[in-house]
Amino acid sequence: MNNIWGFSISGARVIDYDRNDHRPAEGLSAEVPSSRLCIGCGGCTATCTAGAMTDFNIRKLQMLVKRGENKEAREQLHRCMLCGKCLLVCPRGVDTRRMILALYRLTAQPSL
Amino acid sequence: MYYDPFVLPFTLGMSALLIYLAVTYIRWIRSFPPRDRRTIRKNILSRKTLKAGKEIFMECLVHHKIFRTHPFLGYMHMCFGLGWFLLIVIGKIESVTYHPSWTNPPYYAIFFRFFHPAGADFPGSRVFAFLMDLVLLTILSGLLLAWLKRLYSRLLGMRRTTNHRPFDRLILTTLWLIFPLRFLAESFTAALRGGGGFLTQSAGELLSRFLPVDQLFYPAWWAYSSTLGLFFVLLPFSRYMHIPTEMVYILLKNWGIRQGDTFNAFSRFQLYACSRCGICLDRCQLGSVLNIRDTQPVYFLRKIRHGQDHSTADNNCLLCGRCEEACPVDLRLNALRLTQRPDRSHITKETYAYIPTPVPSLSRTRVAYFAGCMGQLTPGVTRSMCALFDKAGIDYTFIDEQGGICCGRPMLLSGNRGTASVLMAKNKAAIQASGAELLVTSCPICYKTFKENYGLDIPVLHHSEYISRLIEARLLQPRRSDLKTVFHSPCELGRGSGVYAAPKAVLHAVSHLQDTALDDHRSLCCGGSLANTVITPEQRTALAKNTLDTYLAYRPDLLVTACPLCKKTFGKNDTPVPVKDLAEIVAENC
Amino acid sequence: MDKSVIIIGAGAAGCEAAYRLAEAGITVELVEKENETGGNLNNWHQLFPDRKQAEELRRTLREHLSHPAIRVHRGVMPVRWERTENGGFRVEVNDGALLESDALLVATGFQTFDARRKEEYGYGIYENVVTSVELENFFANRRIATSAGVAPKRIGLIQCVGSRDEKTCNFHCSKVCCITAVKQAIELREMLPDAEILCFYMDMRMFGPGYEEMYREAQEKYRIKFVRGRLSEASENREKQVIVKCEDTLVGKPLRMTLDLMVLMVGMEASESSRSIARTLGLELAPNLFIKTCDPHYAANRTAVEGVFVAGCCTMPMNLTETLHDARSAAMEIRNYLALNHKP
Repeated sequence: MNNIWGFSISGARVIDYDRNDHRPAEGLSAEVPSSRLCIGCGGCTATCTAGAMTDFNIRKLQMLVKRGENKEAREQLHRCMLCGKCLLVCPRGVDTRRMILALYRLTAQPSL
Repeated sequence: MYYDPFVLPFTLGMSALLIYLAVTYIRWIRSFPPRDRRTIRKNILSRKTLKAGKEIFMECLVHHKIFRTHPFLGYMHMCFGLGWFLLIVIGKIESVTYHPSWTNPPYYAIFFRFFHPAGADFPGSRVFAFLMDLVLLTILSGLLLAWLKRLYSRLLGMRRTTNHRPFDRLILTTLWLIFPLRFLAESFTAALRGGGGFLTQSAGELLSRFLPVDQLFYPAWWAYSSTLGLFFVLLPFSRYMHIPTEMVYILLKNWGIRQGDTFNAFSRFQLYACSRCGICLDRCQLGSVLNIRDTQPVYFLRKIRHGQDHSTADNNCLLCGRCEEACPVDLRLNALRLTQRPDRSHITKETYAYIPTPVPSLSRTRVAYFAGCMGQLTPGVTRSMCALFDKAGIDYTFIDEQGGICCGRPMLLSGNRGTASVLMAKNKAAIQASGAELLVTSCPICYKTFKENYGLDIPVLHHSEYISRLIEARLLQPRRSDLKTVFHSPCELGRGSGVYAAPKAVLHAVSHLQDTALDDHRSLCCGGSLANTVITPEQRTALAKNTLDTYLAYRPDLLVTACPLCKKTFGKNDTPVPVKDLAEIVAENC
Repeated sequence: MDKSVIIIGAGAAGCEAAYRLAEAGITVELVEKENETGGNLNNWHQLFPDRKQAEELRRTLREHLSHPAIRVHRGVMPVRWERTENGGFRVEVNDGALLESDALLVATGFQTFDARRKEEYGYGIYENVVTSVELENFFANRRIATSAGVAPKRIGLIQCVGSRDEKTCNFHCSKVCCITAVKQAIELREMLPDAEILCFYMDMRMFGPGYEEMYREAQEKYRIKFVRGRLSEASENREKQVIVKCEDTLVGKPLRMTLDLMVLMVGMEASESSRSIARTLGLELAPNLFIKTCDPHYAANRTAVEGVFVAGCCTMPMNLTETLHDARSAAMEIRNYLALNHKP
């Protein structure tokens, strides 16, 4: 259909859910079932040592993977120190450390 | 020359085995890194070899460590180890006494009763016959226990025994047959020719009443020799490879070879030195509480050795060290497990650039206090520590009061050694910049890694050690409360770092510390271990609950630990009595 | 009908059920372990959503207990239980009295979460951390002050303390804390017109009549701020202020804030009495340790043990409206049971 108004939604700003690669998300869900429990309360990010010093945000990172935004997640992933504070804080019992370790592998392919 | 064709199976089997072992061991040792080979050359002609010899005698033959698990179990293993050894040694002496030539082939001593002419006495022949029968009887009693263990292992102090592969069961049967066959062959011989000891002579005479001993005698020797030969040929492919390998492992260990970060030939020695005795099974809480039955060292090492998939087992371990502590072969089970965790470090200069470069402190402080990440979540502990520092008049700096960076050990435990080393370097710089003369930490995880990996030039103390010293120096003079306490020794502090005495001394000073069956190296894991990345949070809760219940069965007024992670893990459960850190109790009584 | 019922617990549910049963001509033995009736309701100052004084409801419930068919046993606990031959109950209480009845109603209610279990929030460690129950007490005394005795300038109310939390093994939602926080925030605003009042939440669950409206009013009229993020931990500065850490998830950044007073909205747990009575009577507990009822829809007041009924918060977190409904429903169930099963 012709775009009669002369502008369209900017591709870069939108999560293109249809086109995104959902394999890492599926892998995450299968390998770390507790990752499905996240309700995005942000407790993990609040307690995160890395999160206080840089824009590493573990809540957002796993949510990005769940939506297929793998590139952004991969760039951030390795800033985690794996200290486990988030694991002790999460009210839903998400195994956050296991999630990070799984994402090391799941987001490793550069094709994503 | 004494010879009979029946000795062939034994002789061939033994020769094949010796050649195989020599080739294998030499190949492995040659693949050691040059540094390790130099270490061996340096120590091979030192007292360390003598020490190793003693250890070989105590562990490979007497099995002295197994006696700690259960006396019957120790006796059973000793029967096979020491018994078989004595059978060979006394047999050799006996044969040499009779026919004084050391050049006799090995089979001559093994089958001495066959070659020894009827009724020919020689100096001490009756004593030898008696001794040989006594040893054989001992081994047969051990065999009886081994059978009983298969039927009812609890009798020998084991709830669970190893679930062996069919091949291992086959060779087990072969081993079990060796001694009864020897017993029969010698008894039959004694019945025909005399000269047996109290056991074989009387058994032979008894059997001859209803068995055609003269016809059975020769086949029995064939059967005995063939079983021995078969056992030797199967040995390298079975768990019994541990018999020769454990001895070499003990030598290497005493010469100073250590298990490093990677799986190498020394790891291989350990892999083959595992006897699959199964003592680790009962020690593993993943098994006893969570019913996970395939990750214990015996199965983990077996999977590696036989090339089976062990990726889950690699990570499904608390690294609590309970198995390692009980392992009769003294294998470095935690280190071996860590070698299997892949290093997926993917760091660039940018990765940790966000960690600020520490500014050297201008004012020098005596003590740097590092609470650790978990300490941020247990303000009760950190505030108690600050109160104690103040009370004792110590000049201290709380270096991670506003949050610090991780010590790197959690990363190390995940296998990512490259990343861990970067974190450690960053943290080390921060500690050095503080200008402190002493580092005190509340977290046993940090403590272990500060001591082992950091190479700091200042002493590192866990807060339990530090408080203990403050009390000794009378800088703290706490009251002794009426509370009955039970101490949970954290894995990383106790088994991990060998700190047992200090926390107990402190608790004796401030409370009535109860002795439990879980003291010191026998303590349980709380389930919070960061080393395990497989079990679910629910499973961790179940572990914590089980551990709590075990401690609370002693009905203390207070359960005490000395690790923020243990405290948090226990805290998931609503407990009838409080769980506190040692520092809190001291602060309350100061 | 010459029948009797023993009710364990004289909180809102126990009192209401006692009155309804008495009205129906059934004799009631009401057993309460405290020296006064009212239960947890005694700790409350105002009720949501209409801001009625809790005392009004307490008075009504108390007046009803003067019904001649109700005998109240205060300050006593059951010590011995027995089933009688005809399926009834014989209960000995610790003042020596022996009570008999044809049915038993358990109305042992809830207890609030012990906030010390969330060590990272600093309750019992930091001076200016209080629970929602203590705040009600502040309201009753008409004085809101920090430990230093001054009016707080910034107050934070923290949701879900001991509720919806795997870390305390309390997976359930306590249901009433969201609206309680809104109510308390409004009350705070009325007493402290200039203070900054913030509410930290994971979800705002405004399920009841008038709740959502109250939430809107809190935002618009009372200028309460809502931050969507769960508190991870708190610390205390030299001025004894509380520094909280959470992620402002709607902004997507970690947030640090200094509070003069932090209020923990403590959740509901099955009371200790509920658990011990369930053990004694052989009642099944749900995974969250509240007493399990026969069926959540059609037999919500019945238990697997015949003749034993349940009402109120011993079965699940409820607000007062629901508790009173549930008590009436239990009374009706018991009447039917006595009429059908116990013809003389």
